[in-house]
Amino acid sequence: MNKKTEEFSLNKKTDSGRGRGRRGIVLRLGGYVLAEWQLFIPAVAFTLLSNQLSLLGPRYSGAAIDAIEHVGGVDFPVVWENVFRMILCYGGSAVLAYILAVIMLYLSQRIIYRMRRQIFEKLNTLPVGYFDTHATGDIISHISYDIDTINSSLTNDLVQVMTSVYTVVGSLLFMWRISRPMILIFVFTVPVSIVFTRYRSQKVRPLFRARSRKYGELNGYAEEMLSGVRSIQAYGRQDVISERFNVHNKDAMDAFYSSEYNAALLFPSINLINNVSISMVAILGGILYMYSQSGRIAAGSMFFITLGGVAQFVQYSRKFAGPINEFSNILHEFQSAFSAAERVFAVLDESPEPADAPDAGKLDRVEGKVELDTITFGYTPEKTILRDVTVKADPGQTIAIVGPTGAGKTTIINLLMRFYDPVSGEIRIDSVPSLKLHREDLRRAFTMVLQDTWLFHGTISENILYGRENATMEEVRAAARAARIDTYIESLPEGYDTILSDDGVNISKGQRQLITIARAFLADAPMLILDEATSNVDSRTEIKIQEAMWELMRGRTCFVIAHRLSTIQNADTILVVQKGTIIEQGNHEELIRLGGFYSTLYHSQFS
Amino acid sequence: MKRILSYLMPFRFRMVVGFLIKVTGTVAELLLPFILTYILENVIAALDVRRVVLYGILMVICSIIACVGNIAANRMASKVTADFSLAVRRDLFRKTMYFSARDTDAFTIPSLESRITTDTYHVQNFVGMMQRMGVRAPFLLAGGIIITLIMDKALALVMIATLPLIGVTVFGISHKGVPLYTEVQKSVDAMVRVVREDAQGIRVIKALSKNDYENRRYDRVNAELSRKECRVGVIMGIVNPVMTLLMNLGIAGVVAVAAVRVARNASSPATVIAFMQYFTLISMAMMSLSRMFAMYTKFAASARRIAEVLDTPDSFFVEEDQGDDTDKACISFKNVSFSYFGKKKNMENITFSLPEGGTLGIIGATGSGKSTLVKLLLRFYDTDSGEIRIRGRKITSYTREELTSLFGVALQNDFIYADTILENIRFGRDIPMDEVVRAAKVAQAHDFISAIPDGYEHMLSSKGTNLSGGQRQRVLIARALAGRPGILILDDSSSALDYKTDANLRRALAEDVSDSTVITVAQRVSSVKNCGQILVLDEGRIIGQGTHEELLETCKEYREISESQMGGAFVE
Repeated sequence: MNKKTEEFSLNKKTDSGRGRGRRGIVLRLGGYVLAEWQLFIPAVAFTLLSNQLSLLGPRYSGAAIDAIEHVGGVDFPVVWENVFRMILCYGGSAVLAYILAVIMLYLSQRIIYRMRRQIFEKLNTLPVGYFDTHATGDIISHISYDIDTINSSLTNDLVQVMTSVYTVVGSLLFMWRISRPMILIFVFTVPVSIVFTRYRSQKVRPLFRARSRKYGELNGYAEEMLSGVRSIQAYGRQDVISERFNVHNKDAMDAFYSSEYNAALLFPSINLINNVSISMVAILGGILYMYSQSGRIAAGSMFFITLGGVAQFVQYSRKFAGPINEFSNILHEFQSAFSAAERVFAVLDESPEPADAPDAGKLDRVEGKVELDTITFGYTPEKTILRDVTVKADPGQTIAIVGPTGAGKTTIINLLMRFYDPVSGEIRIDSVPSLKLHREDLRRAFTMVLQDTWLFHGTISENILYGRENATMEEVRAAARAARIDTYIESLPEGYDTILSDDGVNISKGQRQLITIARAFLADAPMLILDEATSNVDSRTEIKIQEAMWELMRGRTCFVIAHRLSTIQNADTILVVQKGTIIEQGNHEELIRLGGFYSTLYHSQFS
Repeated sequence: MKRILSYLMPFRFRMVVGFLIKVTGTVAELLLPFILTYILENVIAALDVRRVVLYGILMVICSIIACVGNIAANRMASKVTADFSLAVRRDLFRKTMYFSARDTDAFTIPSLESRITTDTYHVQNFVGMMQRMGVRAPFLLAGGIIITLIMDKALALVMIATLPLIGVTVFGISHKGVPLYTEVQKSVDAMVRVVREDAQGIRVIKALSKNDYENRRYDRVNAELSRKECRVGVIMGIVNPVMTLLMNLGIAGVVAVAAVRVARNASSPATVIAFMQYFTLISMAMMSLSRMFAMYTKFAASARRIAEVLDTPDSFFVEEDQGDDTDKACISFKNVSFSYFGKKKNMENITFSLPEGGTLGIIGATGSGKSTLVKLLLRFYDTDSGEIRIRGRKITSYTREELTSLFGVALQNDFIYADTILENIRFGRDIPMDEVVRAAKVAQAHDFISAIPDGYEHMLSSKGTNLSGGQRQRVLIARALAGRPGILILDDSSSALDYKTDANLRRALAEDVSDSTVITVAQRVSSVKNCGQILVLDEGRIIGQGTHEELLETCKEYREISESQMGGAFVE
């Protein structure tokens, strides 16, 4: 077991070495893009084509201008021909650009859709502990803010990068054809741009990472406080909470500002380098043209240049410089996208619930024998919650767990359901160690009614059907009847099709509880866990339910965190839990005879 | 829109300064092609190398001014953006904190949440973008047009002719885009809701092995969102190519017209070259405009959603009321009726009065209206008819602050947040430590808190998941007691306590808050049986009223409940 954990953490280390770091993130994002190769390859093709056409534009306009400048008057046929070519090129380029935009839209949407799906599906495999330790708002911000950021970067920047690369290479070729000496200028300025960009982006990256994190915290806080807005109002704490929200707000905005402040340097600086390059082009081009005109440079020499040539060269060098400019701008956006991707990948890299053992068996027909064998457990290594707990339940027996709050009763349930696994000891279902069972089979063998009711946005029947999807409407009604909620549901104008809205007022907490009980009836599992299930249903409803509960419990192995004496008295075994150990165990008569903690409690309520 | 932009008003001075700096930078940048033309047209002709170099250096200086100006202006813009969204988010959050229960219900919490997060984020992005590019692009555009007009009117007009076409395209598409983006945001809400539900119900989902079901459920909203994003993207994608095309056709037109004009000696080839330079500049400006425009549609949709929240009128009104001297009661309900949705009555003809320092118990079936009564008393909702008076004055005559200062409340839907136990009891109030400890002792929470190594400084997780149900309830009761309220309301707040603890709590309460008026909503008869007055509710009506003994005589339902519980309920 220990060895296994070690191996696991070792794996994780190498894993994170690969996954983190900028190169890792780029490669991983690249993987998503390449997975959509059916769209990506046409996208590349269209980018190249569209750019080829728009690069040809200045060439034809240069030719047209040369024809205008023609010695002996304007050479109209050549001008018209070139103008016509320009129109064709630009028209074609526009059509291609639109097609490209649509392809890229679908490409990025597919990637984003896939990422969101992966995150969500990942979330469902994570251990319960993850949700206990992460704010819901923070989880949500992965799927909204982080994904949003990656999305806008993908749609806009990917094409930009491809276009840029192509434009840079293309322009360079054209410039090479026009005048080789003038290209020398860029041999100096381009490396300067690259080095500067790299240096700055390294400085700025941690700032963007901090910014993403702060946004997550802000969202988490907003989520948490919004969920408690009624209590906040009841205490008139709106101002105080708003102030505290603002602290997070301020933190996030400070992080935003400091990342922007530092990033602001990059774009104009690169622009400066480019403008200087163009100035140099003008100077050098001017000088070369003068010498060409004066005849000091012979036509046919590599230094020879016409006025149209100078104009074209300037245009191409603008085209050439533009993407380099853009690069630095895009890099800025990539910074946010990378840190967002980093956060997304961090979720995807979370270790899920450990896989089922390779020799894990199926759990087909469950008899319902449950044994807990010297279980010791703590949520953190420092604090042991349960110590050497041993319990045995035969099929169909009812185990009532009683004891003061915080004694570890809920923990026993967590272990039975394998939300957590014990540190030592073993749980056996029908004599099979539960670690040797498929987790899903094991959980399906239990029906659970928790103290926190959970219903989702959907119709009442959908919520009940959640217990067993293939049940008929007749079975749903029967379950509702068993939970004594049928009359209420049928009194609603929409009946079973009534939509349960979020935090809705249209249904009380007790009624919500009854719906979850109906769900449990429908699930019809061989074993039952009731965690203070009836605490939200008031006594009158409870009386009605009681018979139904007995019916539900009959023939099933039940673990009940109980507070009704009738439940406890009729239980086959009562576990009295205190401070993580079972201090008394036996049926009602035995425990009363024992004269210990249980009997004191029992007698105290009549005093 | 106006609503959101009004948030920029306080920064107008800084924005103007930023604008001026930006304009300086832009002018410097705009001068570059101008100087370039000058070099090509005049300096080169003079065959003077020194002057070529001189003008080259002038270009470099302009470049430097452009660079420095842009950096400074962009930094100022970021500051304004940060301050702006700080203010928007602050007000938005604050507004939701003051929302009436009806408003919160109408918007729903996930939707409010995404308005505070993603919508504000979109708006912030746009405001940043607008400042960074919104000055530069129009200025480059206008400057470019003016200079070309000076250089050669005829050629400039050819180019300008394309602008109305571009305007029409942009306007037409934006008209279609905004509602589509609103649809997208709605889908975002739906998606966030599913994730939220999933995170909250993870135990149930795992228990029922519903991963696949949840994945399918999520996939529906996820796919829907993608579909909507595609729909809007396909339309918005038209803008850029059409704009580029029109601009480029302008260039072709300019070349054609220039050929004719040069032939007539009305224009020089060098002018045409310079023209091309400005054209590139103008078309780049148009590009930025189109990008801003794409963001604008997103911004407009989000801005509207934010404004919806900010513009929701405060339904909490305060009216004059001198008070009714004949009404000596602490709390009195007179013929109060109320309905959540205006269909079924959730509260009907409730009349009772509770003397100062008295105790009231409320008991009844699920959905009988116990919590509704409490909500009316706290004025989360206003009554439809009848009146509620507190100390003789109508409830509607109290200000928010007056009202909340009267109560200490432990509500049914407990709210515990990620902070220390101490802070959860204080709840942002200025309460001395010994008061906190006293409250915790009365609430039977002191013992378990002291047993934790870091005691009151112990960090609780969000929703108090690291406490048991009973511990949570006791922390909440301590919170209610810590403010020494005149009226204490315990709404079903001891249901998870075992009987012994509950009994100890009742005893301590009777000693500690003997002066206060106490309202206890409970499911157990034992929690209310010592109250001076007990209301038995059923479907929003009072079906029994009196002391425990009286009710045993007069109210059949009460007797039933009572009999089922005596010796029925036990430890947790």
